[in-house]
Order: sequence, then C-alpha cells, then structure tokens
Amino acid sequence: MPVFLKEEDISIVLCGEAGQGIQTVEVILAQAVKQTGYHIFSTKEYMSRVRGGENSTQIRISSDRVASYVDRIDILLALSYGAIDHLKDRISPNTVIIGDPEHIKSARESENISSGLNANFIEIPLMQTAEDIGGIIYANVIVAGALSCLLDIPKEIFDGLISDMFARKGPEILQNDLKAGEAGYTLGKGLMESEENQVRLSLEAHSTVRDELLLSGTDAAGMGCLAGGCRFMSSYPMTPSTPLQAFLAGNAHDFELVYEQAEDEIAAINMALGASYAGARSMVATSGSGFALMEEGVGLAGMTETPVVIYLGQRPGPAVGLPTRTSQEDLNLALYSGTGEFPRIIFAPGKLEDAFTLSQQAFNLADKYQIPVFILSDQYFADCYYNIPSLPLEEVGNEDYLIKTTPDYRRYLITHDGVTPRGIPGYGEGMVIVDSDEHDEEGHITENLEIRTHMVDKRLKKMDHIRKDALAPELVGSDDYANLVLGWGSTYWPIREALENINKKGLNPDSRKTSFLHLKQVYPLHSSVTDYLEKAEDVIILENNAQGQMANIIQLETGLEIQEKFLKYNGMPFSVEEVEKRLLQFMGIEDSGPDGHDKPSGEVL
Amino acid sequence: MKPRDFDLPDADVAWCPGCGNLSILRSLKATLAELEIQPENLVFVSGIGQAGKLPHYIKGNVFNGLHGRSLSPATAIKAANPDLIVIDVSGDGCMYGEGGNHFMHTIRRNPDITNLVHNNMVYGLTKGQASPTSQRDFNTPLQVDGVFLEPFNPLAVAIALDASFVARAFSGDRKQSIEIFKAAINHKGYALVDIFQPCVSFNKVNTRDWFREHTYYLEDDHDPQDRNLAFQRATETGEYPLGIFYQNPDKSTFEENLTVYRDEKTPLYQRKLDKDKLRALVESKR
Ligand SMILES: Cc1ncc(C[n+]2csc(CCOP(=O)(O)OP(=O)(O)O)c2C)c(N)n1
Ligand code: SF4
Repeated sequence: MPVFLKEEDISIVLCGEAGQGIQTVEVILAQAVKQTGYHIFSTKEYMSRVRGGENSTQIRISSDRVASYVDRIDILLALSYGAIDHLKDRISPNTVIIGDPEHIKSARESENISSGLNANFIEIPLMQTAEDIGGIIYANVIVAGALSCLLDIPKEIFDGLISDMFARKGPEILQNDLKAGEAGYTLGKGLMESEENQVRLSLEAHSTVRDELLLSGTDAAGMGCLAGGCRFMSSYPMTPSTPLQAFLAGNAHDFELVYEQAEDEIAAINMALGASYAGARSMVATSGSGFALMEEGVGLAGMTETPVVIYLGQRPGPAVGLPTRTSQEDLNLALYSGTGEFPRIIFAPGKLEDAFTLSQQAFNLADKYQIPVFILSDQYFADCYYNIPSLPLEEVGNEDYLIKTTPDYRRYLITHDGVTPRGIPGYGEGMVIVDSDEHDEEGHITENLEIRTHMVDKRLKKMDHIRKDALAPELVGSDDYANLVLGWGSTYWPIREALENINKKGLNPDSRKTSFLHLKQVYPLHSSVTDYLEKAEDVIILENNAQGQMANIIQLETGLEIQEKFLKYNGMPFSVEEVEKRLLQFMGIEDSGPDGHDKPSGEVL
Repeated sequence: MKPRDFDLPDADVAWCPGCGNLSILRSLKATLAELEIQPENLVFVSGIGQAGKLPHYIKGNVFNGLHGRSLSPATAIKAANPDLIVIDVSGDGCMYGEGGNHFMHTIRRNPDITNLVHNNMVYGLTKGQASPTSQRDFNTPLQVDGVFLEPFNPLAVAIALDASFVARAFSGDRKQSIEIFKAAINHKGYALVDIFQPCVSFNKVNTRDWFREHTYYLEDDHDPQDRNLAFQRATETGEYPLGIFYQNPDKSTFEENLTVYRDEKTPLYQRKLDKDKLRALVESKR
C-alpha cells in the first residue's frame, strides 16, 4: 500500500447512518479546523429519516478559501456497512477509505461494489475502541479525534471543543467523550507513523483564519433577518427552512421578537400579515409544499399592500419530492404565487455575505414598497458552512417607513409613485383600513370599476421604482468577455471555483474570454442584465432544475433566449468537477482532465 | 359615547333589508359606546362573507382578510400590539368551515380577542349553500339530498378545548346581545360569541321566528365556571340555550406568555434594532 500524501486541499467525507452523530463530527471538526487556521467548507447530504439510511458530510479543508461541493473524496471515513456502497460513484483510485474492519469487509464482499472499486482501504478498530470506552455511540468522537490528529489540530483545541459540546450532558459522558477523542488521536498517530498504511496530510495554516466567522447559509440569512429588524416570525416546520426558524426562535429573547409555530402554513402567513399590519416587521419561512399553502396569503399581501418577507428554502418537488435534497425548482412558484397582478421582489443569495445583506434589505424593501419580498434559498445553501472574514455590519441601515396618522388618513391614497405613506392602527388618530377585496383610497370595499383600474395601476406603478432599486448582478472575471456563464442563487461558488480551476490549470489560454455573471436579485432583473447578455457571443446557464426556469424569466424580461443550459435536478448540488467539465465543452476546449469518474445526473440540454 | 360615534356616514351597506346582520351591527355600536372604546384603538378583523363585511360599516381600524383566516391576523395583531382591542367578526362558514383549524388552535392560544360569529346556518354571500352549522335535511342547490351531516357544535367544541369565554346570543334580542358582547369584550382572553342570525334571503327554515321559538336564556343561577355543566348545556338541541355558558378567568393569554412583553410592554413596532447585540451575535461565530 502506498503512502498517502495530500496537500493544500483535502476533501474528507464521513458517511454513516442517521443517528450515528455525523453532524456532531462536522461541527467539531469545522470549528477545530478553523481554529487551527485552515479554511473550511462543509456540506451534508442526508436521507429523510431519523435513524438508519446513509448520510454523508463533506468537509473540505484547504490552505486557500473554499466554499463549494466537490465530487472528489480524498479520505472516506466509513462508519456503517452501507457507507462505501452509498458513495461508490465518487470513490476513485486515489481515495483512501478508512473504516472499521467489519464495515470494510462487508463492502469488499458486496457484489455491488467490489468489482471495479479500486481504492485504498485502511482498517482501524473503530467499533472495538468505542465499545471499550462505553459504547458504539462514541465512534463519532473517535473519528473526529483521528482526523484532528491527521490534520495536526492541537489537542487543546480539540479538547476544548469537546468540552463545550458535551459539558451539559454531565461529567460521565464528557469524560468518555474526552477519552474517545484521545483514542482517536492515538489511532490517527498510528496512521501517520504506519509503515504500510501511512497517511500524511500537509496544509498551510493562516493565523488570520482563526479569527474569521464560521457560518452556515442559514446563520447568515438569519443574522440578516435580525439586522433587517425582524420582530415577528410565524412558521410551520419544513425542511430545509426549519433551521432558519430555529435560528430566529433561538434568538427571539435577545432580539425581542415573537416566534410562533402556527398550526399550518396558511395560518403562518396570515399571522405574519396581521403582525405586519400592526407595524412589526414580519416574516415566514417555508419550503415548496408549505409555500403552496401560503399562496393565497401572498395575494393578500399584494392586495392589502402589507409588507412581508418570505424565506423559501427550496427542495425537489412536485409535492413532497425529495424532502432532504436540494433544488432551484420553486422560482416560478415564487414568481407567480398569489392571485392577480401585483409587484414583488425575489432575491437568491449565492454566498454568505449576500445572504446577510439581501435578508436585511428584504425587510427594508418590503416596508418601502409595502410588498412581499422573497429570499430564495435551498437545502444546499442553507446547510453548508464556511469561513469568511466578516459580515458587512456597518452597512446595515434600516429606514423607518411608518407614519403617524392624522384623522383624514387614507391607507390607499393614490400617489405619483403608487406608494402611500403607511399608517398602522394605534399610532395617530386615523383609521387604518385594509381589505382583501378591491377597495377605495380609504380602504373600504368597492365594486366601482374605475377605482379598480386606478388601484391596479397604483399597485403596479411601484414596479418602476422597484426596478430602479434592483440589485446589479455580480460579474466575476473580465468585462471583456466573449463567453458568459450565468448562474443564480446557491450555484455561485461551484461555478466560480470551476472557472478558477480551468484558468489555474492553464486549460483556457485566454481566460479573459469567459466570465461568470451571478444573479442575486432574480426578479425583477437589474437593467444591466440585458447589456451583459447582449455583449456575449455565447451564453450558458446552470440551474438546479429541469426546465431552466431562470432562463425563461430572462427571456421574458429581456427578450433574449439562452440556448445552452446545464440543468441538474437529481436532488444534489452541482459539483465543481461536473461544472468544470461542462464549461470546458462550452468553451470549446476538450476535457483532458483525468478526474473523470463523472456520472451524468441530469440532462445536458 | 354614543352608538353614532361609530357610524360611518358614507358606508354603502350591502346587506338585504331585514338581515340579522343589521341588528348585530347596531348592538355592537351600542356595546362599544357603552364601553367607551376609542375607535383608534379598535381593530376589526374579518374573513369573507356577509358577516365579514361588518367592519366596513363601523368606525375603527380594519383588517378584512381571507375567507376562514381571520383569527390568524387577529391573534398576531394583538401579539404585535397588545394595547389594541381586537374584535374578529366572521360567519359560520368562514369560522367553522374554512377556518376550522384556526378556530381550534386559536382557542388553544387564548389571545385576548373577541370572536363574534354570525351563525345563520347557511352561506349567505355565495347564495345559500349548507354551512357547517346547517341543520339536518336542509335542502340547497348543492346539498340536493338535504344535509345529512351532523351539524358542527361550536360551543361544545370550544368548551371541550377549555376556551376561556363561550357564549351564544340571538341577533333579534339586542338588549341581551349587548350584555353578552360587553362581557365578551371585557373578558381577558379569547371570547367566542356565536350569534344566531336569520338570513332572510337563503335560510327559509331558521327564520327570526324559528330562532325565537327555539331559544331560551340560561337560568340566572347558571354557573359559568362549571365546565361540565356548560358542556352539557351546549349539547342541548331542539331548544337552544342563550347566554354565557362558560368562562374561565384563570387562563393566561397568548400575549402574556410572550417573553417580549415580560419586562417591557412596548408594542413591537416601537422597538429598534440593537446593533450591539447583533455585533455580539456575529462575533460569537468567530
Ligand atoms: C378560499 C375561498 N373559498 C371560497 C370563497 C367563496 N366564499 C365567499 S363567502 C363564502 C361563505 C360565506 O359563508 P359564511 O361564512 O357563513 O358567511 P355569511 O355570508 O353567511 O355571513 C364562500 C364560500 C372565498 N372567498 N375564498
Ligand atoms: S344574504 Fe342573508 S346573510 Fe346575506 S345580507 Fe342577505 S339576509 Fe343577510
């Protein structure tokens, strides 16, 4: 067996059953890695069950910044019988598989995988060691310890994290977990010093990384919501929006907000609108099917001109789809939700900083224009973690758009820009009357068809200003491009890293020829999007859906048709490798890379 | 205050002449005047239906939302600003049909709001289909074989869920209705008043006279704190008791249980972002 050496960028995948504590390892390692000064990215994929199944977490550890999912597995830690089978498509001859002898034996014996699986197996007595400490539940911490040792993570850092995490479980459990960590370090040391199975990792640590933030997409969006002055959230649990609900509920005391778990999504959005009517900045968080139930409420927000922020964590549909997987399939649902015609804004963050800023701005813009504003997230984005230097806290500024009413206040006074100064009940002497039926300027129900026309015009007129306020897309690369790669939302980093790799490898002699345009406001589009597209000779769009929903919106908004689409909709995010491969084709460069264990998981249109 | 302080002179009342809703509107104005409630502090929340239009005919703030959904915004309005007096006005279809789930869970939350349900045992606005409270054998263009479902019993359900105030009124008796409305609004916690109300256009069975003949008031010595007795009285059919069936003064309200109001009563809209706390939260992730 050769000595296994790996430098600069290591992809470690832990795979086991639900209930084995893989997420605990993810949390401990992510922190330990960052505190040691390495860059970190982690993402998980999991099945919709509480016990059993096969779940995996990828942890990328790097000397440089990393923020995207890769297919590549350098080290696979197999914690269950099915782990190796589950990941066989991503295992290459360069993969080192470390696991308990039992688990490895079963994989070797499995007809399903033994043929053609050409990896390096290293056996460590994981289960026996765990049993000796107190039970197989300690296997996860042993694994964390072994990896920490291989990564040269100081033991004090590791022990500190273990103590933080398990202290509340009582002294006995904490002692056992510390012992398990110790045992893991011993196993790790064994591997480093082994003659035949030597594993050696070498990374460059940067002291600056230690002081950076380690956040998930959910954390960044949640902090943005708090920054935007969110005071009321009513929601109903649904993956992958539940973590955001938990984030805001968990911060409700400190930030003086009300979180209420509604009886269903219909109640949730109607509550949010009630609280907003009473002046509280309000939001809901949900996912596809839950959002489908909220649709009538979106129309109510449109008709009553009541601000509301809707966080929509996308996952594959139709209906319940793949509950724990990722997708970008609900753009149309967000865009067309609600009866009738009224303005809205849709944001789709692609990086943590954007998630923070866009969420904060969502509240401001919802209040400014008295409309629903969407934050389109997805499972991949919500659940991934990486380190960043800081969040743009200094830029946070919340405008106050509420006015004190006078006795003659009219909630729907027709103004030049369609925006009526917004009063709320109990603040001032006026009456604030809102109605889901068509209404006159006072807010009273009307069937006068002339008023109807004026009110539709009033509501839609806001669109002119909303368009002017639209956020510009981000161009990555030279603005002197011929090829343009388009993406939106969470595909930001995989596309960006793929392009950087192509340039780094020198595969693209004229790197200026291809640039990447990322849309973070997906509706309405910033006016520059048309210019960017018109300038390009060739355009390709990447989307986690089957119909190219963004491409269709672009065509609708700009009249420009995007011919090439790379669409993936099997529930997994784009990996850097597959994007790289597809972009090489797009750029007219043969794919000469050796890492071709790619399996097409979607359609290439 | 006078009932006319709640008049809206330009209101275009769209109800049929003789409709029970007109009496309820008059009783409600008289109630609010007697309680000296300022219209600026009053929020009417309603769903959709003939009953749901009531807020447009009375002075106050209004949130007229979706069919069946009025209790959700009503709860949240009170939670966002507990200084407001919130009265939810809906029909029987709106509240017990489309909104049945919210009815049940609002009772569990116990926000300090008053819920007036105009119960005409029929869908008025959509012209005469059965409602959850329609009596058996009621014939409509949709229930062509007559209603064969058991009527929904809102009072019994509310008492079973330990709603904090449960009463039934009859629109034709304004004097008694005002007394019941006053008690409901003064009650701390969720107060349900199911109001028998004739729909002169679409319910030719349960008419004003029918309600008069089939109702009577609970005895003066009825003890509204006796939940078992209240439940028993709520299940009476044939002759329907009116009055305050049940009252539980000991329940805490939804708003009282919210930690935001534990140390400070300020409505949510008056609270400003604490940037230092936000910075501390962000820093905690380093
Ligand atoms: C979601 C939805 N479904 C159906 C309707 C149509 N609709 C309007 S009012 C109504 C029934 C009203 O009956 P009820 O609540 O008893 O009130 P009433 O008119 O008798 O006062 C219906 C079905 C609607 N507006 N919204
Ligand atoms: S239809 Fe019935 S409920 Fe509606 S206004 Fe006429 S009488 Fe009243």
